[in-house]
Amino acid sequence: MPHATTPGSSPPIEDTVMSEAPIADANDAANDTTGTVEDQEDDVSAVQPPAKTSLEDMFDDDDEEDGEFSSSAQTRTADSSQEAKPTSNSSSKATDPEVMRVFYQRLFPFRYLFQWLNHSPTPTTDFSNREFAFVLPNDAYIRYQSFVSADQLRKQCVQLTPTRFEIGPEYSTNPRDRKTLRKASAFRPVAKELVFDIDMTDYDEIRTCCSGASICQKCWTFITMAIKVVDAALREDFGFKHILWVYSGRRGAHAWISDKRARQMDDQKRKSIAGYLELLRGGDKGGKKVNVKRPLHPHLERSLNILNPHFQADVLIDQDPWAEPAKSERLLQLLGDKTLTAALQKKWDASPHRSSAQKWSDIDTLASAGSLSTLTPKTLVEVKQDIRLEYTYPRLDAEVSKKLNHLLKSPFVVHPGTGRVCVPIDVRRVEDFEPESVPTIQQLLKEIDAYEGDGREDEAGEKMQDWEKTSLKPYVEYFRTHVNTLMKDEMGAKRARAEEGESMDF
Amino acid sequence: MLATRPAARIDAKRRATVDPRKRQFAKAQYQEQDYNFRMNFYAIPPTGDISLEQFEEWGIARLKVLAELEACQFRNRSPEETAEYMRPILQKNLPLSANSSRSGSLAEERKRDHYSHWTLRLAFSATEDLRKRFARLETMLFRLRLAQDDGRERREFIESLNMDWETVGEEEKAMFGEELRAATGAWRAKGEEEGWFKVDWERVPELVEQRRVLLKKGKAYVHIREQTSMVVGEFSRQLEAGLELSARALPRMDEDNRLSPILHHLSKSFTAPDTAYSQDASSITDSTQVNAAMIDSVVKHFPLCMQNLHRELRKNSHLKHFGRLQYTLFLKGIGLDLNNCIEFWRRSFKLIDESKFNKEYLYNIRHAYGDVGGDANKRGRGYTPYSCQKLLTEALPSAGQSHGCPYRTFSPDNLIALLQATGVNDRELLKTVRETVGKQRYHIACNLVFETQHKADLKKVKEQNLWPASELDTILHPNTYFKRSFQLANLNKFQNGDIGIDGPSQEASQ
Repeated sequence: MPHATTPGSSPPIEDTVMSEAPIADANDAANDTTGTVEDQEDDVSAVQPPAKTSLEDMFDDDDEEDGEFSSSAQTRTADSSQEAKPTSNSSSKATDPEVMRVFYQRLFPFRYLFQWLNHSPTPTTDFSNREFAFVLPNDAYIRYQSFVSADQLRKQCVQLTPTRFEIGPEYSTNPRDRKTLRKASAFRPVAKELVFDIDMTDYDEIRTCCSGASICQKCWTFITMAIKVVDAALREDFGFKHILWVYSGRRGAHAWISDKRARQMDDQKRKSIAGYLELLRGGDKGGKKVNVKRPLHPHLERSLNILNPHFQADVLIDQDPWAEPAKSERLLQLLGDKTLTAALQKKWDASPHRSSAQKWSDIDTLASAGSLSTLTPKTLVEVKQDIRLEYTYPRLDAEVSKKLNHLLKSPFVVHPGTGRVCVPIDVRRVEDFEPESVPTIQQLLKEIDAYEGDGREDEAGEKMQDWEKTSLKPYVEYFRTHVNTLMKDEMGAKRARAEEGESMDF
Repeated sequence: MLATRPAARIDAKRRATVDPRKRQFAKAQYQEQDYNFRMNFYAIPPTGDISLEQFEEWGIARLKVLAELEACQFRNRSPEETAEYMRPILQKNLPLSANSSRSGSLAEERKRDHYSHWTLRLAFSATEDLRKRFARLETMLFRLRLAQDDGRERREFIESLNMDWETVGEEEKAMFGEELRAATGAWRAKGEEEGWFKVDWERVPELVEQRRVLLKKGKAYVHIREQTSMVVGEFSRQLEAGLELSARALPRMDEDNRLSPILHHLSKSFTAPDTAYSQDASSITDSTQVNAAMIDSVVKHFPLCMQNLHRELRKNSHLKHFGRLQYTLFLKGIGLDLNNCIEFWRRSFKLIDESKFNKEYLYNIRHAYGDVGGDANKRGRGYTPYSCQKLLTEALPSAGQSHGCPYRTFSPDNLIALLQATGVNDRELLKTVRETVGKQRYHIACNLVFETQHKADLKKVKEQNLWPASELDTILHPNTYFKRSFQLANLNKFQNGDIGIDGPSQEASQ
């Protein structure tokens, strides 16, 4: 048996795995040498290290129809050891299987998730051929799960209590049947939402308030800016309508674009959208990250207009990125004009406590005083634009968007580290979104208890859903509205096509 | 294989209804085609008769052209240089004259072009690798020829393609005037005719990616001068789709015992230097086995890309995914075996505890060596070490990453600093490197550094004729760089027979 299951060697739970080890490259590398579909599959699991355990689980999983869940054995033992009433257990960890079970049973909006992926109230292959991947409490990773209905998915979640699950593409056949196919090439991804991933780690070199996994309202502004810019481009330039922004649970945001046109794009088109939106290029040693031609492309012009106020308030004042001499060196390096930088350096050495805002205005003061050598006043304006873009423009984890078969964490699952629910962000009120006020799973369970304790349940009648009793309500309602407009559009198009077809028959 | 054949046979009801006895004499529906234009989209397969010799000869001639084109790409030649270099080669192997040349052999040339394309299409549709490469090179050839086409003929050819492009009217021009010009960079070339047309953006993904079109609600406004690249894009799309189709039909070709040997032969002589790269070609010698502890002492022979990774690794005791992958494969290429490689990484990541290492990194190393993963990965013994071409064409590293070719990813100042740090101090050389890099000829710069660093030894090798000529070619692979550098430094030992030398390694096909 080549894949021995060792419970200890399990996948990391942090979402950084996705950004640091994108699937794309492993695929390419494999294609160079062999390029068969089988191979790609295995590479995908290779990059997400748990393949060892996942393979094992996939085999287990084939028995599922018989009602046997060998992979959930561990969960069951956990059941018996914890008899306490889960909802009242306030000290419970977010990833505790019992807590997760109650969450999936009572709070997770499976129905709307189903409609969102299915684009219609009645089950279609849009949903049934869709891949789901689970991260189990023992950190095993199972891929290629699929379900016919929302209920089945719910049942599986309640049974396995995954710490999170991810959504992959819709395949040409049911992912569970992939091994029974005669030709491996008959199993290929056909459609998935266009997705974007913005993560705070990419901002580490320019944020001063926090670093690594931590986040505060100050640096969340970077994500707000990114959402505004990307959302505007997707709507105005590409004409997409059904864009869902989702808080990733800790320090980032995801976008899911469900327009039919977006879902059906191949890798090349995804790559070209990512390229259109990507601006900052080059690693730490690459020098200037922004190199754009003039006049600015209308997309960049618009982005700059969106970002300018943020640069003044959020970057210069709140982040104060060039306060320390070591950091202001970067600014000088970006300016590039020898006379100007020498003059600035002299001034800042003389008064070391100048803030970034002051330093920023010093540039113009000194420049107009005539200390420019290689730059002209006009090019200085452009250089300053470039700097503004470098400090505000969205930093996308582009690999996620480029591949049709990339998996991304589902909305409404719980982030295992923070316990926060990955709620949708209303893009019209994106400024008001506060990651710290997003409900955690423990808080939600308490809210249900409190509600029921109040005895309000009777008044509302039997029909009331559990999520309606909690602070998850506005988020689910927003999601429901989003899904309804999507379905309406989709069904409208379908009906129109059907009618056209009919009239052609006669 | 034999056993499965009956199943693959076409159902009797679906077979052609021509009486087999008469079929031989039945007339083909379109025997000879008329070639009105110099350029051809190769949409229709040829149906006329040619001899087997012609079939092979024309195929080989076209193959030569494609191989040379690829060499140009590897050497980072600019489009102008490529055109100049290819002119005599094309003239010799695959001439194609314009209508205006009034040449008597127009039809013959075009027929040859048409047939040879389809011959190679058959030969190269078998694997995904070959298909991709063939499509890439054919597209290059198409682009080259289109650029050389006579202006009027090109316009006529493009019109004949009948693509549905909607011209942007005066009204819209007035409405989006500024934006149109800003997006498409139209005001830089004055005197150029000013016109745009409008298509769904999905038709011009490359232009979208480079932000060279204006986008409004999913429509791309394309400047008239981009027409050529759109035609090329369309050509490559159709070719890729066509190759996919012929791949599916290929099994039926196996039954023809006259053609399949030729096709097989053709496709074999088209393996890339990259794929021809083999384990034994790179490991330095039989007797010097590289181990984990040795790496630090041989780093000085590494090309700059790997030296850089090594320095970053030592500095941070960590490398990000792509850097790790690139370096692991290189180490595998110099002959470090899996266990030593794991040991090397384990020691290098000294800030990371055992369980985290085993969880997050071990699998990837083993996967790169083909120790785990799918059947195909294991059979292929993992991934191939990256070539310069791969490093030069992949996406640039982002913050915190250090993979890729430093000649390309570093700003000139940082590059010079890095070179000096690795012991390259020749002022003249650094100046030339800066210039060469400025012209984006990254790997020429790398070769220059190599040649200057090993000037004396190389001279000796040349004078005494120690190495075959192929060993003195331009370096196109980081592992070749290492091998040569190592061998040059140990010339004496090699001569004395202390260390055995193995034969020519690089570029089996060139």
